Amino acid sequence: MIHLRDVTYFYPRATVPALAGLSLDVPAGQFCAVIGANGAGKSTLCYTLAGFVPHFYRGKLTGQVEVAGVDVPAASLAAIAGQVGLVFANPFNQITGARFTVREEIAFGLENLGVPLDEMRARIDDILSFAKLTELAERSPFALSGGQQQRLAIASVLVMRPPLVVLDEPTSQLDPIGSKEVFAVLRDLAATDEATVVLAEQKLEWVAVFADRVIVLHEGRIVADGPPGDVLASGDLTQYGLQPTRYTQAARAALAAGLRRDSAELPVTLEEAVEYFK
Amino acid sequence: MKNAQRPTPNATPAGPMPITVEDVSFTYPSGTHALRGVSLRIAPGEAMAIVGENGAGKTTLVKHLNGLLKPSQGRVLVGDWDTREHSVAKTAARVGYVFQNPDDQIVERTVGDEVGFGPKQLGRTEAERAADVAAALALVELSDYAKTHPYDLTTAQRKLVTLASVLAMRTPILIFDEPTMGQDARGLALIGGIVERLKGEGRTVLTITHDIDFCAAHFGRVVVMADGQVLADGAAADVLARAELLATTNVEPPQLVRLAQALRLPRAALTVDGFVETLQGSRGAGGQG
Ligand SMILES: Nc1ncnc2c1ncn2[C@@H]1O[C@H](COP(=O)(O)OP(=O)(O)OP(=O)(O)O)[C@@H](O)[C@H]1O
Ligand SMILES: Nc1ncnc2c1ncn2[C@@H]1O[C@H](COP(=O)(O)OP(=O)(O)O)[C@@H](O)[C@H]1O
Ligand SMILES: [Mg+2]
Ligand SMILES: [Mg+2]
Repeated sequence: MIHLRDVTYFYPRATVPALAGLSLDVPAGQFCAVIGANGAGKSTLCYTLAGFVPHFYRGKLTGQVEVAGVDVPAASLAAIAGQVGLVFANPFNQITGARFTVREEIAFGLENLGVPLDEMRARIDDILSFAKLTELAERSPFALSGGQQQRLAIASVLVMRPPLVVLDEPTSQLDPIGSKEVFAVLRDLAATDEATVVLAEQKLEWVAVFADRVIVLHEGRIVADGPPGDVLASGDLTQYGLQPTRYTQAARAALAAGLRRDSAELPVTLEEAVEYFK
Repeated sequence: MKNAQRPTPNATPAGPMPITVEDVSFTYPSGTHALRGVSLRIAPGEAMAIVGENGAGKTTLVKHLNGLLKPSQGRVLVGDWDTREHSVAKTAARVGYVFQNPDDQIVERTVGDEVGFGPKQLGRTEAERAADVAAALALVELSDYAKTHPYDLTTAQRKLVTLASVLAMRTPILIFDEPTMGQDARGLALIGGIVERLKGEGRTVLTITHDIDFCAAHFGRVVVMADGQVLADGAAADVLARAELLATTNVEPPQLVRLAQALRLPRAALTVDGFVETLQGSRGAGGQG
């Protein structure tokens, strides 16, 4: 689904690359999480997959970017948009401002796709209920709380059912259980092969539970890549400006205090931690 | 921390300043009942977090504490001031508020001017302002960006700029709306350190947060909101252990509390050290798991 080869990208006027020789292959149906400190290149990678780099941001892109069979640098943004949906980190960038209600905002993209009217209505009702926006459907998108706006941004992308869903820190303003629910929905989309998912995130607990694969970005490069359990328990994590989950921290502290002597694999999720400390 | 030797800009001496929220209800002009009879007393020097589901009314509530919104019913007192009787600008000298969305707050064209805006409103001299700005930017580790346009920064950095703007005003009360949104581990540690420092100086620090682990690490009192009302209000260690109650407003206990509960430990600690101590206590030192 995604094929990146030696991708290097400079924003206009930048002297250091935001992506530096990055290669990445993501097969269809995978849920791939991207983690890293602020400035590591997560958003830039998301923009590249959705074609905003280079088509909107300009700058200098070299290497190969192929997404869903589309040669991204050569294709038009419209052609890419048919394959890739991007949820921006800031929901304000997502809301068109061209529509008066939440329902119309969600319908916006579907109208452009030419989806028949009753199917459109059914899809919108479904996604409104998933995003807990049903009761707010007739509100102005601007008369919502921060978290409700972020739910709207996610909903208006998912309703289009793009083959590749790219999300840039989409849960930063969501309540805790709401965040977990978004992760679960993304896992289900990927598990049923309805979509391939690339998710930039800080919430490592849910990355650990739900993602198939985790890549760590650092200064525009991939410095770790593998199953969540391996990547998130690694001692290198802090070196890349990331903090392991409290479960991993507690296990390390228990080892240091002599409470555990064996070298069992360190836990990254609650379930693993219960097993570890039992 | 790099700037550990730098003092926080001192609070304006204004005496102890409790906050009293008396049976406050608020309805937005469009008709949404966002607060329904909220009452709270916040003592000077308290560190209190507000948690709860999206749309619970958290932001609406704290906007009442600095006078940005006025109650439809009930009243809010900051010290001896009723917020309805004083302008937002005057109340801002007592209560600093960091907006949820930094782009709603930032108005100036350079980071330095942005951070100096509040002190200017308060009528401070140029020399005082320069000192306030330097001290506040040092605290958020953005000293090198004083001349940068705020929109050339990332959202996470802009959030730190708005935090500095409020620090520079040296108010006795500070309110942070989702301060850790979009921050990485370093940003979290930086903000946590600022909260601890403000607590140490006896200032009142309120935060809204969805990051329950951050809440557990720094705030002694937790208020839980749902549907415009206060569901629970008490010591963090007690409130954050009430999994069933929290779930009704889409919140989960902190990771370590969930772990302690799943292991049926006698006590649910809020810190890694506390967790290890509890484990030690329940097994005897050096015991094998
Ligand atoms: N400008 C507005 N106009 C009308 N209604 C609003 C406005 N802002 C918020 N609301 C509504 O008021 C209620 C409380 O919103 P508020 O922003 O206080 O929630 P919150 O607890 O801060 O949520 P979040 O965690 O998502 O930031 C919600 O029902 C919301 O939709
Ligand atoms: N619009 C932009 N113009 C110039 N440089 C940018 C822009 N956006 C990001 N950068 C730079 O690119 C690098 C990667 O940033 P970004 O992709 O936003 O990282 P992340 O999302 O992991 O925080 C950083 O050095 C950042 O300063
Ligand atoms: Mg980013
Ligand atoms: Mg809010």
